[in-house]
Amino acid sequence: MPAEMGHDLRPGDRVRVREDFPQGHIRTPVYVRGKEGVVVKTFGSFPNPELLALGRDGLPKKTLYEIAFKQSELWPDYNGPEGDTLLIDIYEHWLSKV
Amino acid sequence: MRGSHDLGGLPAGPVDTAPHDMTFWEKQIDAMNTLLAQKGLRRTDENRRYVEMLGEDAYNMLSYYERWTAALARQMIDKGVLTQDEIDAKVAEVRRRLGQDAG
Repeated sequence: MPAEMGHDLRPGDRVRVREDFPQGHIRTPVYVRGKEGVVVKTFGSFPNPELLALGRDGLPKKTLYEIAFKQSELWPDYNGPEGDTLLIDIYEHWLSKV
Repeated sequence: MRGSHDLGGLPAGPVDTAPHDMTFWEKQIDAMNTLLAQKGLRRTDENRRYVEMLGEDAYNMLSYYERWTAALARQMIDKGVLTQDEIDAKVAEVRRRLGQDAG
């Protein structure tokens, strides 16, 4: 995993979601992987659900961010208003700063 | 690549948003789920992983609480709480009690 992933993201930062397809319980849906969005806010740090899913303690905790994506960038045939966004919660290890 | 549960963006029909009551057995599974969590035998993320591992056919064929049931059964086997033989014997006993054919 690249060293710049995740840490110290601030609201307004532009980020890219890791384009990766690991096995297991992954809470980052396929349709946002590889896409760029903007950090809206930080929720705090939580046990990593990918490790909890394996029966482990989920440590180290991971920071969870709310990320906004432009709908028109997620869906090629999107015909709603240009300003429409999708808000989604993504853990730090899936994000890198653009 | 894409898990059978990861449906965002795929073509689909209209979503049925009508409220519906839970059946008695669904409430029983919900209660068992809570009890197993209190005993430290399952966690939400583990349960989700097991549901996601059911395979595409089972995932699409089973209802929400049927998926929970299948996932819980597999977890309890993996953790040594139950054996498949014990589950099979119990299912056969219930079927006899209800007057259904075994198997």
